[in-house]
Amino acid sequence: MGLLSKKDAKLITDPLTDNNPITIQVLGICSALAITAELKASLVMGVAVLFVLGIGNVVISLMRNIIPSKIRIIVQLIVVAALVIIVDQVLKAYQYELSKTLAVFVGLIITNCIIMGRFEAFALANGPWKSFLDGIGNALGYAVILLIVGFFRELLGSGTLFGIPVLGDAIEKTGVYAIGYENNGFMLMPPMALIVVGLIIWVQRSRNKALIED
Amino acid sequence: MENKTDKNSYTILFAIAMVVVVGSLLAFTASSLKPRITENKRMEKQQNILYAMGVNENEGSSREFISTDKVAGEFSKYIKTQLVVDANGNSTEDDEAYLIDVKKEQAKAKNGGTRRLPLFVGEKDGKTFYIAPIRGKGLWDAIWAYVALDKDMVVQGTFFDHAGETPGLGANINQRFFMDDFTGEHLLSDTGVFKGIAVTKGNNDPKNLDKVDHEVDAIAGSTITGDGVSAMLKADLKLYLPYFKNLK
Repeated sequence: MGLLSKKDAKLITDPLTDNNPITIQVLGICSALAITAELKASLVMGVAVLFVLGIGNVVISLMRNIIPSKIRIIVQLIVVAALVIIVDQVLKAYQYELSKTLAVFVGLIITNCIIMGRFEAFALANGPWKSFLDGIGNALGYAVILLIVGFFRELLGSGTLFGIPVLGDAIEKTGVYAIGYENNGFMLMPPMALIVVGLIIWVQRSRNKALIED
Repeated sequence: MENKTDKNSYTILFAIAMVVVVGSLLAFTASSLKPRITENKRMEKQQNILYAMGVNENEGSSREFISTDKVAGEFSKYIKTQLVVDANGNSTEDDEAYLIDVKKEQAKAKNGGTRRLPLFVGEKDGKTFYIAPIRGKGLWDAIWAYVALDKDMVVQGTFFDHAGETPGLGANINQRFFMDDFTGEHLLSDTGVFKGIAVTKGNNDPKNLDKVDHEVDAIAGSTITGDGVSAMLKADLKLYLPYFKNLK
């Protein structure tokens, strides 16, 4: 990364690995459990959060010296809600089809703890450029986990990836279904998302012992 | 030393300013975009109605509406009459029946008023379709549908949609694999009693070959959305029964 200093680059790469918002900071779990039954939904949510967190972090960072500390959480909430609603309205007017796809995510984005968490932990104490990189990094780290969980849940739960059947036809009994394989409907339920996230955390910590708390 | 941003007076002033700025920003955005949004919603309604009667651009398993630049023309071409039906099955013509807000009509009925039931009569390839807009509750928010029926109340096509069902689960009611299962299902029993169509998870008929069982296969992980669909079909389509009896 020639464009970024080493310190800046770390802001992006850290959340992807050793400081991942979901597996290490344990933020944004709620949406990670709710919408990862399909890869497509995971991807849409990842992109939406990338957008909101990148811009939101910059806005909060620019305002960080004038926000009264007593009401800072409410101010953060208003900023993110206003951002999401404006984007939603503009999409409804100019990209109606896309806005339909995103409509169900609007509420989930506003209440996503990663967004509030990064505002509170980073943007309030750092400059706009650094905050922007931090926002992008954390959103990417979030998206990566969403995609991994979405991959396993969709593959094992529905036998498809991005809606395309990859294991054969479950009803006509072709592909692997011909030899008695069955989709695991339980994978589509939120509890299995928690278990998949747990497995990711386990794998990550067993590879990097420094992450294990006492 | 106390920071100036910690003072109560500053906090209150900041809060007021923030509310004014954000409030006017949102109000400005909403009101300046409103005409376009209303127009988009109107076109979407026409697209949905046409979709239910099979006027769409579906390819393979993808779901494609008639494009927005063609929709107005196609709508006047295929939809022959728009009716407002009452509880006794009497109907009056109304060229803007498709703009009737089903949600408001349901609220009227709840408050003791009379509900206007819009019904669109379409013709395609010599076949007549009766398309009814219906509305109900899913898990998180509203769900609605346009159901195209023939004169015997056999489903000819459907379009389902929702405001906020869970992505990947209940949200899939607007996907082909779910909607297409309804085609051919009967709403009435052999003796003409209204039965509706239930979304069931028994997996009795996964290939959906039995069209008179009043059942379609549910989506895994979306029980409550599915129950909402069953309830909506049963409650709202039943209201059209007198009209269909009068047709005979």
